[in-house]
Amino acid sequence: MSAITQQQVYDWLAAVTDPEVPVLTIEDLGIIRDVAIQELPESGDSEVTVTITPTYSGCPAMDAIAMNIRFALMNRGIRHVHIKNQLSPTWTTDWMTEEGKRKLKEYGIAPPQWKPADPLALFDSDEVSCPRCDSMDTELVSQFGATSCKALYRCLSCREPFEHFKCH
Amino acid sequence: MPDQSTNQAVHLLKYTLQLADNALILGHRLSEWCGHGPILEQDIALTNISLDHLGQARSLYQYAAEQFNNIPAEIQASFFASPLMQQVNSSVDEDDLAYLRDVSDFRNVLLAEQPNGDWACTIARSFFLDTFNFYLFTDLQHCKDETLAAIAEKSLKEATYHMRWSSEWVIRLGDGTEESHRRMQQAVDDLWMYTGELFLTSAAEQETAASGNSIAGNTIKDNWMQRVTAVIEEATLTLPESGWMQDGGKDGRHSEHLGYILAEMQFMQRAYPGMEW
Repeated sequence: MSAITQQQVYDWLAAVTDPEVPVLTIEDLGIIRDVAIQELPESGDSEVTVTITPTYSGCPAMDAIAMNIRFALMNRGIRHVHIKNQLSPTWTTDWMTEEGKRKLKEYGIAPPQWKPADPLALFDSDEVSCPRCDSMDTELVSQFGATSCKALYRCLSCREPFEHFKCH
Repeated sequence: MPDQSTNQAVHLLKYTLQLADNALILGHRLSEWCGHGPILEQDIALTNISLDHLGQARSLYQYAAEQFNNIPAEIQASFFASPLMQQVNSSVDEDDLAYLRDVSDFRNVLLAEQPNGDWACTIARSFFLDTFNFYLFTDLQHCKDETLAAIAEKSLKEATYHMRWSSEWVIRLGDGTEESHRRMQQAVDDLWMYTGELFLTSAAEQETAASGNSIAGNTIKDNWMQRVTAVIEEATLTLPESGWMQDGGKDGRHSEHLGYILAEMQFMQRAYPGMEW
């Protein structure tokens, strides 16, 4: 097998999506921290180590994502795949790509917009525009939604409920 | 006699288990609300928060297992009192630590294991613990132990959401109707005696904090008290006089409630050892 490059591995990983928000690839999410390739001299094989970081501590998608990375690389003939989990520096939605944010909005989820000035302020919510009608007249229903990364909102203009990918 | 570095390793392991057990037991308690929340959105909020705690517990147990597997065999043999842990000694994993230890090997604070009670009681318990975790992780992310620091850095963002959620509920209920005020005040009064333990320094905390690897609870008491007082006042509630405080959890002396939690949580692993699904 000829030597593979880091760029190739990144390209292959671009096909792996988040099982809970399937429009986002793991690259869009910004959870790939590193790709390292080591040639194994005896067999001539390559060993690939992919370092990922969890979005939230308890995110159940992380196990599925790790498995899908493994499958994606094995499909390309890489037999030695290691997945490393790195907690620090912690994942932030700042690492989400612009392309990812665009896809989220198209999918009906309000992308992360801006961080609250004071994360400790009570009864305060992010100003979020409706992903369907772009109205800023929206209200928070709950800080917690169907997955750890999303909050529940409703639009007061078009009356549609929607999810907001929390600015984390 | 174990040498000094072994002693330090044992204290760090005990401290890691303190944090892990707090996260697991509170997470389990909150998960008991699943399907029973007063409204759908709050049912979802509780299970989300519970999931954060379980995720934090997993990271901590993985680290604790790694530490345990590296201490000398003669220390491993006497580290846990639980009979089932004796059988897997020498190499344990996160699941062994969660599912095979009995009550006296758990080091969580008594507050975490208190029953859910009514909604106000669940809120008060979370409010005291979330506020504690927020200040703990704020400091712990700068400790010398790199793994604990990374777990704290990760958990801090989640703890911030939790503290906002429970603080808002304390205010909503305290400054709500006559009935919600009465219940919220009752819950604060009932649980107050378990808050003292948060700030008692266990031997493990003392040793690890001295070497910069942990944060002793007593160092965050002022911040905690200030924040708790501000929220309680905004909620038009009154903090109880600081009277006698209950303790024992950090040393493995628990209330009767923990046994019932473990009976339910550990049943499958005890009935079908090694079962996976």
